[in-house]
Amino acid sequence: MRENTVLKDLLIDDFEQLVASVNGQADGLFFQQQKEAFNNFAALGFPTPKIEEWKYSNVKNIVNERYTFNQATSVSDEDILSLETPNLEGNILYFINGVYQPQLSRIVSPAEQVLILPLAEARHSHADLLATYFNKLVKNESEAFTALNTAFATEGLFIHVERNKVVESPIVLRFISDTRQGNAGAIPRIVVGVEENAQVKFAESFRTLGDQKSFTNIVTEIHVAESANVEYYKVQMESDEASHIGTTQVKMLDNSHFYAATVCLDGGFIRNNLNILIDGQNCDAYMYGLYLPDGKQHMDNHTLADHNKPNSHSNELYKGILVDQSSAVFNGKIFVRPDAQKTNAYQSCKNIVLSPSAKMNTKPQLEIFADDVKCSHGTTTGQLDEEALFYLRSRGIPKHEALALLMFAFCEDVLANIRIDAIRENLEQIVAKKLNAEEK
Amino acid sequence: MLKIKGLQASIGDKQILNGIDLEVKPGEVHAIMGPNGSGKSTLASVLAGREEFEVTGGTIEYKGMDLLEKSPEERAAEGVFLAFQYPVEIPGVTTINFLKTAVNEIRKYRGENPLDAAQFLRLVKEKAKLVNMNDALLKRALNEGFSGGEKKRNEIFQMAVLEPTLAILDETDSGLDIDALRIVSDGVNKLRAPDKATIVVTHYQRLLEYIVPDYVHVLYKGRIVKSGPKELALELEEKGYEWIKNEAADIA
Repeated sequence: MRENTVLKDLLIDDFEQLVASVNGQADGLFFQQQKEAFNNFAALGFPTPKIEEWKYSNVKNIVNERYTFNQATSVSDEDILSLETPNLEGNILYFINGVYQPQLSRIVSPAEQVLILPLAEARHSHADLLATYFNKLVKNESEAFTALNTAFATEGLFIHVERNKVVESPIVLRFISDTRQGNAGAIPRIVVGVEENAQVKFAESFRTLGDQKSFTNIVTEIHVAESANVEYYKVQMESDEASHIGTTQVKMLDNSHFYAATVCLDGGFIRNNLNILIDGQNCDAYMYGLYLPDGKQHMDNHTLADHNKPNSHSNELYKGILVDQSSAVFNGKIFVRPDAQKTNAYQSCKNIVLSPSAKMNTKPQLEIFADDVKCSHGTTTGQLDEEALFYLRSRGIPKHEALALLMFAFCEDVLANIRIDAIRENLEQIVAKKLNAEEK
Repeated sequence: MLKIKGLQASIGDKQILNGIDLEVKPGEVHAIMGPNGSGKSTLASVLAGREEFEVTGGTIEYKGMDLLEKSPEERAAEGVFLAFQYPVEIPGVTTINFLKTAVNEIRKYRGENPLDAAQFLRLVKEKAKLVNMNDALLKRALNEGFSGGEKKRNEIFQMAVLEPTLAILDETDSGLDIDALRIVSDGVNKLRAPDKATIVVTHYQRLLEYIVPDYVHVLYKGRIVKSGPKELALELEEKGYEWIKNEAADIA
């Protein structure tokens, strides 16, 4: 019998209330899945470091707190303005503590290009369509946080792009944890269905207001059909009191492209799972990541490129700079299944650890069951290149500037791959500022 | 301009320079020659301020200042330039941005206003022409994927832009074919001026056919064991370093 935590007990109560409130309503199809997932969660309990996948990321403190879940607060225009990305045009969708805020959001893409609907609404208005995508890719029976998300999957967003449609404007989901009135929790579920030969780019951004604790448990399911092209960005700029556990589950079919960049700028505790099932031939999957923990922040990125069919390609580059007493984890799995001949899969993880008290754990994990494949992986963890530093200084660039220049260049390797200009430029500025501050 | 007296330096617990004396006056070109491991590159590195080397004795006076008290960036701002034997590849930093930062940091040190984008581009175009530097290389990451010749040319190009008072060329000829050698040497010669000085560190006499020195010094076991006019380089070429080694052994 697993030990119950404060949060688990609270969630059991919350779920009972949910059951009472739903009581025989029309969305029985989804609710059945929620109930099953809740049973999964109740049986699994929150993971402990005894579970290999959670060895270096202990959620004990996070799950022994109380949070008020999915309760929107009133947020002023000023609060929002301070969190906006300059020059970013597109569909901007706001969520406060996980709850969609139509009055703050703007949808600019025409309805014939893309369907963008709050999940709660889609469950009624587009139940059949949603049902073909919802809860199809995730593993509720083995992953507690995913099961928990599925159990409470009432808030979130459904994005659907019909075949041959190109969504010109990016879709930006902005999640704000407002902790000014107390600990706040959010359990949003994002479901994205991109049909054959369609194209879309979207981003998830996470911010905090206030200095109390927040807990975000997000699951994003992305279906990339034949010849479709999806870009996905995740940017985390949360407070030191924020905890974030997110799983992005992707499935790719023949000739499709999926392109992801994850940028962890700030956040007390971050765990990102990015799992890509490459279930088609001639697919291209890219994963870029950058993490810059400081203070006592902990940033854990788990990725999986699961090659299930022949002739596809995946490429991954994750980089991190650690200072102070921060810690980070990179766990990169590449699976090449028996059918997946002629797979090309590459992975690289590079880290700079600038403080003796900072701690980096890297674990590349390749499991290859096909014989005609090209796979490579490499991880490095070290200091800044002294020779490069001397070279810059010998040209008159002061040590502090030279360090900042080298660190920025290190990060730019990842940032340059963000193809939404306004987001990239904003991140470049924030990163440059952060690196400069750290050196001083 | 430069007065080195009794200079001793070590790396780890290995002493490499055992008392170097050298004086360089404005307008002069000095060649430092010597067999491998004699300390030539160490001398160049110590002059530029490389911190792995510990100076254990002696003094370096440059333009009346104690050079050893200055950081590498201060030395650069005071006009010391080291052309690296192995220029470093720095991914993510373009040559052009790097140089702009360098130029303006040096100007800041000297109390001058920074160059604006247009002024800087004009300077870069003019100097690129001087050393036949391909514009396309400037936009690429610093030395990343450059050929040996391109890297060395980039060093001379940087030297042309930064206009040093004292240029130190550390084995600039190594790894260059004859054409690249000529282009690099032409660049160096065009930058010679009555108020500037150059120290050419080289293993072979070949480079000195193109950059003609006023003085040649032979370094062996961390000491200058022989100095002379440019003809000394030819003599070395003929007789080889064994001759110097034997002579040094005789003196000892």
